[in-house]
Amino acid sequence: MIRVRILRLGLVCAATVVLELLCRVGIIDRLTMIPPSEMMRALAGVVATAPWFWPDVTYTLGNLVAAIGLSVLGGFLIGVVVHAIPRLRRVLDPIFTSYYAVPTFVLYPLLIVFFGIGPTSLIVLGALFGIVAMIVATVTAIDRIPRVLLKVARVSRLGSVRTALLLKLPAASPHLMTGLRLAVAYSVIGIIAGEFILSTEGIGRRVALAYNNFDNATMYALLVLILAFAMALNAALGAFEQALHRRWYRS
Amino acid sequence: MAKAALRRETAAAMPGRATAFSDTHVALRGISHTYPARAGHGAVAALGPLDFDFRRGEFVGVVGPSGCGKSTLLDIIAGLLVPTSGTIEMDGRAITGTVAQGVGVVFQEDATFAWLNVWDNVAFGLRRAGVAPAEIVRRVDYALAFMGLAEFRRAYPSQLSGGMRQRVCIARTLVLQPRLILLDEPFGALDQQTRLLMGEELLRLWRETAATVMLITHALDEAALLSDRVAVMSARPGRLIDVVTTGWPRERDSALVADPAFGALTSRLWALLREESRKALGVR
Repeated sequence: MIRVRILRLGLVCAATVVLELLCRVGIIDRLTMIPPSEMMRALAGVVATAPWFWPDVTYTLGNLVAAIGLSVLGGFLIGVVVHAIPRLRRVLDPIFTSYYAVPTFVLYPLLIVFFGIGPTSLIVLGALFGIVAMIVATVTAIDRIPRVLLKVARVSRLGSVRTALLLKLPAASPHLMTGLRLAVAYSVIGIIAGEFILSTEGIGRRVALAYNNFDNATMYALLVLILAFAMALNAALGAFEQALHRRWYRS
Repeated sequence: MAKAALRRETAAAMPGRATAFSDTHVALRGISHTYPARAGHGAVAALGPLDFDFRRGEFVGVVGPSGCGKSTLLDIIAGLLVPTSGTIEMDGRAITGTVAQGVGVVFQEDATFAWLNVWDNVAFGLRRAGVAPAEIVRRVDYALAFMGLAEFRRAYPSQLSGGMRQRVCIARTLVLQPRLILLDEPFGALDQQTRLLMGEELLRLWRETAATVMLITHALDEAALLSDRVAVMSARPGRLIDVVTTGWPRERDSALVADPAFGALTSRLWALLREESRKALGVR
């Protein structure tokens, strides 16, 4: 495992060095991309001096937390309901299957009509990106709970709440974690992309402004920041999942 | 019907050595079950009508062709399934369709909790029942030592073999000190040697508790070795076609397989089941 991590880190470092060299010797035009070392310097500069940086980071993080919360909790609850009503599940299954083939951004005008211009529409957009992944994962997770465990619960005379908390939830958690990771990833994409195209605030919006103004230093600095944040978030969720289920996979 | 079934009993081996059992512990009266029609399938008459008395403290094996309703019968006795008709009494009280106090079930499938270690798996039911912590420790430690799992107390089910996981499930049932233990092919996935040894452990467990045991099994030799009586079921819908009294003493182990009476008993069970198994397979 450690060896794999070292190899992975080595690969990233090697790609960064190659990119640095390609930019430095001019094979990659500076108008197209600046060297990674300059991206890092620009990022340090933005963090230290840009007056908009912390307010925009706060705005984006706030939207993210709300969108992730909505998609994960909403997706879980809807998943439970959909699983409990087989007819509803049969109706919705094709919609869930083809959901990610539909560009969710086309719904944005509708969201503005319902929620107005501002963070609410963005949050709903981010949540819409992630929620179906969580619904599908929840339905699958409940499907995969071994039936024999439900028999054990009945023989143990557990009530429905205890059965849910003590047996169903732990038994379903591997699939729920998969849904959680997907919902978080999709919500991040939804919020950043939504800000990029449609917002007047936030880190996504700053990337768009820098892009339109040919401010490559700021644009790449923020791209590095978003990339690092997404990777750190994913790694944190992965570590949480591993800690939760490490014992399951020992053999 | 129960009297008729009991009259059919055959003392197959060594009269005079058999353990004596006193009163009726669980009584099945006119039990039958039909699974309702579903899309593409008509209603399926799975079981009965069937009458049987489990005597207190006896070990009853149940054998029958595949699909004859053995597991349905177990689910009905356990209270997991309401029979289409008939009643069940335990200690003279009607328990039809309810999970009665003092009933422990070991299922064929792996029913260990993957997220709990062996010790916590075994302690699960005791904690839910509100047993005092010191008593939980005493009972769980004893059960783990009894089942040969003491050194795996901190292991998780994924680290154990299939047989060890099944022993965890048996230990989890044992610590609750049930008066009626229902086992649905608990050794189905094990090799022959392990089955024999697990059978010995089960007999030891049965002797140390005063529990009544019902063991569903496909293996005729297992039923012949472990049981005081073997209930033989017909092809679907499962009815009792005979109840064979083995006549074994309470103190017994797998050394019985060398006894000529064991071979005779197994042959008798096969003779009873042969035609029924052919029917179940659709072979004429």
